[in-house]
Amino acid sequence: MNAAAPTKRKLKVATTSLAGCFGCHMSFLDIDERILDLVELVEFDRSPITDIKHCSPDCDLGIIEGGVCNAENVHVLQEFRKNCKILIAMGACAINGGLPAQRNSLDIRDILAAVYARPGRGVHIPNDPEIPLLLNEVHPLHEVVKIDYFLPGCPPSGDAIWKFLTDLLAGRTPILGHGLIHYD
Amino acid sequence: MRIANANGDGQDCGRVIDAVLSRHQRDATRLMQILREIQEELDWLSPQTLTAIAEGLKLPRAKVEGVAGFYHFFHSEPKGRYRVLWSDNITDRMLGNADLMARMCKKLWLRPGEVSEDQLVSVDTTSCTGMCDQGPAMLVNYRPLTRMTPERVDKVVDLIRHKVPLDEWPAEYFVVEDNIRRKDALLGNDLAPGDALRAMRGPAEMLEAIKASGLRGRGGAGFSTGQKWEFCRNAVGTGAHGAHYVVCNADEGEPGTFKDRVLLSAHADLVFEGMTVAAYVIGAKKGLVYLRGEYRYLLDKLNAVLEKRRADKLLGKSILGQTGFDFDIEVHLGAGAYICGEETALLESLEGHRGVPRKRPPFPVTSGYLGQPTAVNNVETLASAALIAAKGAAWYKSIGTAKSSGTKVLSISGDCARPGIYEYPYGVTVSQVLADCGAIDTQACQIAGASGLCIAPGEFGRRIAFEDIPTGGSFMIFDNTRDMFEVARNFVHFFVDESCGFCTPCRVGTTLLKNVMDKIHDGHGGEYDIGDAQRVIKTLKTASHCGLGQTAGNCVADTLQKFRPSYELRLTVREFEPAFDLDKALSKMREVTGRDDPGAHFHIAHRKSKSGVGAKAGDVS
Repeated sequence: MNAAAPTKRKLKVATTSLAGCFGCHMSFLDIDERILDLVELVEFDRSPITDIKHCSPDCDLGIIEGGVCNAENVHVLQEFRKNCKILIAMGACAINGGLPAQRNSLDIRDILAAVYARPGRGVHIPNDPEIPLLLNEVHPLHEVVKIDYFLPGCPPSGDAIWKFLTDLLAGRTPILGHGLIHYD
Repeated sequence: MRIANANGDGQDCGRVIDAVLSRHQRDATRLMQILREIQEELDWLSPQTLTAIAEGLKLPRAKVEGVAGFYHFFHSEPKGRYRVLWSDNITDRMLGNADLMARMCKKLWLRPGEVSEDQLVSVDTTSCTGMCDQGPAMLVNYRPLTRMTPERVDKVVDLIRHKVPLDEWPAEYFVVEDNIRRKDALLGNDLAPGDALRAMRGPAEMLEAIKASGLRGRGGAGFSTGQKWEFCRNAVGTGAHGAHYVVCNADEGEPGTFKDRVLLSAHADLVFEGMTVAAYVIGAKKGLVYLRGEYRYLLDKLNAVLEKRRADKLLGKSILGQTGFDFDIEVHLGAGAYICGEETALLESLEGHRGVPRKRPPFPVTSGYLGQPTAVNNVETLASAALIAAKGAAWYKSIGTAKSSGTKVLSISGDCARPGIYEYPYGVTVSQVLADCGAIDTQACQIAGASGLCIAPGEFGRRIAFEDIPTGGSFMIFDNTRDMFEVARNFVHFFVDESCGFCTPCRVGTTLLKNVMDKIHDGHGGEYDIGDAQRVIKTLKTASHCGLGQTAGNCVADTLQKFRPSYELRLTVREFEPAFDLDKALSKMREVTGRDDPGAHFHIAHRKSKSGVGAKAGDVS
């Protein structure tokens, strides 16, 4: 009856920012001292917080900020999908493409020609295997891999992220509700 | 006479605008009619025109622009002297409209949606124009052309190139047939104008007769007409201009429906007589017909019928010499918005607003046109009411089934030998209808339009009646050669075009559903996407503001249930596939950088992880 719950294994969480501004990650830090509670429940794998470069094959949660604008983004996203049980699109850019997707109404070739035009010296578009190629258009994450959960907001507030993660970690389908996702 | 260059002569524009505004007494509730009439003169609604209208009506400019921007048939940018719109219902598709439109565009050196450089012509698609039994159909400057063929397309291109005025085009292009194939009590009536009115014995008695007849709304919802009229009759008009109104809903936009067109073309007197019966019962002095913009060509004919009825004392002051029985009818035109078939959106449109459905209650019977008690009825309902007035409730009640008295006019199109108008007593089976119109190898019927019901052969024993399959009249037939996934996809696109945009579940949901259907169509769909479609449909159904959104997913839900393999055959085996071709998404950068090394491609890694459709047999993944 009073048997203690089995000690829970810490869940592995990986995070990354693709075509985003790191604003969602900053907002993540707005959970403030609750991060101490969080590290009791999770351990961070690949993430800007740990600077680990690649996902372990047994990650539980992958949290991704930003949309997909270049080839590297696709590879990173595929790596997350391959290694994480649950993938979360965090913030407007991840869900809709957001601000970077404003370029979608223009042809990428025209944009580059305009950006890298030097008066009198023609157009020199940087070209090096080290530089990831841009996609023709910016895409939301769910157009490239299957996404399990969407956490909207620009950025989602620290409280929203906290509620979302604690729900998820406890096995509840996250519901943000009034004050965290809608305000009217 | 059209003015070729509306911007060229400000004075002419001003005169046209002023004349139209004066004709409508600068009444802001007539904004729809004002915009249409001005556009008919000036080709398009320029920013200056909109400003002048706003000033003339003392409306905020944003309001005028908002209304002009809402309706498909108003344009606030030039669309060319000849605006060609191909009807893009699934029945037009089945008759080959896509090839014909491509042929036309090629000959005119045009891309769909664009205006030619000389501002002469634009070619685009529009929602079902109600010519499904004589398609492929199109509108040129909002006049219908039917039975298009490659030869006809070539001739039309020549006429446009030579700038021949529309009035001088061969008249046979504009012929719209009634195609009445089966008549019953309504279409076979032998009534002369006025017969129904002369048979009436007092408003209360007439109301009792309508109630006793069991007449129910023919738009599809099937509300008791007697009850509606009784609520309306008992409601009190408010304010200084308190009055009752009769509105005839002739905005049949449901894809595959065209019976109201035929009723108005072949039995206009009976429809107007039905409106007069309604007016007599509820005590209305004024009636309005809301005629869909696609039926603009009927306007002059209808006005002539109205004029004749006035001359015959069947409309106007003291109808049939009865003091106090005053009633007149005016025809208003819509401007290409399916949503205006919803009665409260229709009322908004009649009052000169965007066609956004109202909250209900209050219902139109207490607060309808201009906030006054209003009976809004379908064309066929009103014609049937006239029939009941003339022939009696008991006779009418004896036709049809227990809960669906009378007859139903069906608009039949698609795969059958004899498409057209068929009138049956309620209770007819689907298989009987199919046999009569010469349909063979039928695999599905879409009944009640894009928002209706898709039934498979196992259900062809079901009956057209409120007890079983209710319908506004659309009846589209698909034989074994048709791809039911494409049928559903066509409808989903239709709802994206026609969502009024007011509520988020519908505005966004219809587009999300379209994206899923397009993804599956493009060969990127997986099982996940089917689940996704079902989630979107649930939200549409439960969260949308009006019936449009609530029913927009029906076609997908029905076909997923009954024609699931048409989806599954398109799916990749993987549970999830990207929505686009990853490798192609790098094409422009490969071009710009000249790179073609493996790092500039996805397909190697991509192919490796892929199995099933697309991979050849024997491929090891």
